[in-house]
Amino acid sequence: MEINWQRDIDAALREAKQSGRPLLLDFTAAPM
Amino acid sequence: MPARAHVKEQADAFERFGAQWTPTVLLLDADGTERHRFEGYLPVPDFLAQLKLGLAHAAKARGDWTDAERRYREVSNEPSAAEPAAEALYWAGVSKYKASGDPAALASTAQAFQTRFTDSSWAKKASVWSG
Repeated sequence: MEINWQRDIDAALREAKQSGRPLLLDFTAAPM
Repeated sequence: MPARAHVKEQADAFERFGAQWTPTVLLLDADGTERHRFEGYLPVPDFLAQLKLGLAHAAKARGDWTDAERRYREVSNEPSAAEPAAEALYWAGVSKYKASGDPAALASTAQAFQTRFTDSSWAKKASVWSG
């Protein structure tokens, strides 16, 4: 299953707040 | 909702959230408060168990003790992820106690640690609830 990663952290925070859903934040060095 | 920051492209995000190593994974609740963090590579079963543990911590933080206990119990029964399972067993007992006010919930948790995760720090923490 492909994960649709949000790359804009602030947008992700806003979206989590608006939707009431938790946010998974992955800090990585892997190729993106 | 998944979001990702790359060490070479978003160093400011690393600084902002105190991420000092990769991979670092944070579980934030909807208002942006960090509820769980783990660092370093994990095999898939352990990774998923850590995510579930984070969601259980978020339920605990909301004071939703019934949901928290259910989530912790699920993680505590993960056969291939002993470290988060031991922590989850501890917090499942706490959640049951917080929901019921019955200290027997803690005593039964201490008893469970006598046969499961016996060498874990969580077993030591729960030992004070015995007898």
